[in-house]
Amino acid sequence: MEKIIRIESRTVVLDIDNVDTDQIIPARYLTTTVREGLGDAAFHDWRYRSGGELDPDFVLNRPENQDRTILVAGDNFGCGSSREHAPWALLEAGLRAVISTSIADIFRNNSLKNGFVPVVIDEAPHGWLKANPGAEIVIDLEKTQVELPEGPPAPFELDRFARYCLMNGVDQLGHLLKQRDRISAWEASH
Amino acid sequence: MPQKTLLSKIWDAHEVVPETPDTPAVLYIDLHLVHEVTTPQAFDVLRANGLPVRRPDRTLATMDHSTPTAPASTLEELERVALPAAAAQVRAMIENCEEFGVELRGLDSPERGIVHVVGPEQGATWPGSTVVCGDSHTSTHGAFGALAFGIGTTEVGHVLATQCLLQRRPGALAVNVSGRLGPGVTSKDLILAIIRKLGVGGGTGRVLQYRGETVRALGMEQRMTMCNMSIEAGARAGMIAPDDTTYEWLHGRPMAPAGADWDAALARWRELEDRGGARFDREVSLDAARLRPMVTYGTNPGMSAQIDEPVPGSGDPAIDSALAYMGVEPGKPLQGRDVDIVFLGSCTNSRLSDLRSAAELMRGRRVDSGVRMLVVPGSQVVKREAEAEGLHEVFLSAGAEWRESGCSMCLGMNGDTVDPGKLCVSTSNRNFEGRQGPGARTVLASPLTAAASAIRGQVADPRELMDG
Repeated sequence: MEKIIRIESRTVVLDIDNVDTDQIIPARYLTTTVREGLGDAAFHDWRYRSGGELDPDFVLNRPENQDRTILVAGDNFGCGSSREHAPWALLEAGLRAVISTSIADIFRNNSLKNGFVPVVIDEAPHGWLKANPGAEIVIDLEKTQVELPEGPPAPFELDRFARYCLMNGVDQLGHLLKQRDRISAWEASH
Repeated sequence: MPQKTLLSKIWDAHEVVPETPDTPAVLYIDLHLVHEVTTPQAFDVLRANGLPVRRPDRTLATMDHSTPTAPASTLEELERVALPAAAAQVRAMIENCEEFGVELRGLDSPERGIVHVVGPEQGATWPGSTVVCGDSHTSTHGAFGALAFGIGTTEVGHVLATQCLLQRRPGALAVNVSGRLGPGVTSKDLILAIIRKLGVGGGTGRVLQYRGETVRALGMEQRMTMCNMSIEAGARAGMIAPDDTTYEWLHGRPMAPAGADWDAALARWRELEDRGGARFDREVSLDAARLRPMVTYGTNPGMSAQIDEPVPGSGDPAIDSALAYMGVEPGKPLQGRDVDIVFLGSCTNSRLSDLRSAAELMRGRRVDSGVRMLVVPGSQVVKREAEAEGLHEVFLSAGAEWRESGCSMCLGMNGDTVDPGKLCVSTSNRNFEGRQGPGARTVLASPLTAAASAIRGQVADPRELMDG
């Protein structure tokens, strides 16, 4: 896994609350048996019109947003299903992090396992970000804060273990496998 | 000193390694449910690392999401009726289970079905146990007093390899319900009302525990419907403390403890009963007595109203956008809105009692000529039990379709979809944009409301069609 210390980018703002995983990737793309190839499915039904052509009005389709890697979204981002295809698709579509005022539990867990960084900040800096699309910001995992072009940085909470794994490129399965003796002992006593 | 919550009792009994500020707990998983959609990439990780499935005996596998509801008991038959990608996924599931020694309730199994119907039906879900699955509706199993939650594919791999998960303890939120549900009002209406009250993110980071006389009076299948939709309030899980209703339902099922083991298990389970005195992080209360049938009018499960209550007027951009997508008029009740499709099924409402209640209302009546109605039993066991009672004849003679089990039109992965712009009254759990197919419009409702709507051809109040 790639080590993630800082993410620097201009932002893409999707000012919609309760963006669910069926919007992030519709269920019909889940018949795959691999992780790859889902980038085009990300936000598919918002990015494409029913005839199959790109919707130029959708924020992720605008030319200025093509190389931006930080999504600023409304409250309760990623609600709905447990599909890990959601962060897989977002990463392959070029995004690396999402900033919101809350992020759904399973989506957050899935994101952390894949190096897609879920960032929850207070309403005030979030409101500023929503009002200033394209702001040049830094998500700093070392300091667990978002540096904004103006005002104080916005701190965010990140589970210490998840942060360690992101910053060191550690796959959590390795940590679990190291516990096998204790797991065996637990099984023997239950 | 306060009593422990049910969540804490189960959590404490499953910590292989306790959590610290630096590391999450290593939590032991008693039962891992697996299906074809969220496992192929996890099996790949095992293969790449040369790892076996640690506990095939604690892994229950079936196929539901992309599996067609047209008859197919072999791969060859499947390939004739399924979408090519779906058939490939089913094939991968069969091959992975063979390679890793996991027993699969597959295409030809009389026990195949929706994973959250099959687990309880087989007696695999026990009070006090930890249950996970790569599916957010795993919360269903909390109805038995289990801690049951959905996980992603990476975590599916963790459980396959180690039978454990790295987890932080969630908070506990009590939902206290009082008052008796009126005729024609079901636990589906109750959970929709609870989600409306909490909001679709209101349970984030917490486990909901449903309590109170109303919940105690519900049967197990009605309790499963409630716990099933806990995730729609954003909750990590939902649970109900076990009681005699739980034990009676479990007793004698194939995977439930038997003989002396049953007696020992029962003694352990009784320690989990709710005797009050536990301290929750938050409590909310709801009076069920005044509840009427509920329907959703928007594009998330929190956007619901009582069936004769006007939906919100315009003003809030999120509501405006949802009403526009749904083609619903602001400020008017949804009752009377024309219906194109009725779907009776899904892990929320496809069990025998759900089918019975709908059939009772439909007996001797016809589905409106403008409506297609699809009835999809939750498992092959439910299907056979329903047929033994003649329920399929009620549905078929009313003009509805009677299908094989599976997730079907809940999420449209298997070819059962709702066409763009069509309105579907559905007993499933999510009304997100495009959930049942691109452009599909979903109204979530109880099996009774779905049946009444099928007959009337409009969103209808089941109480108007009920005897007495």
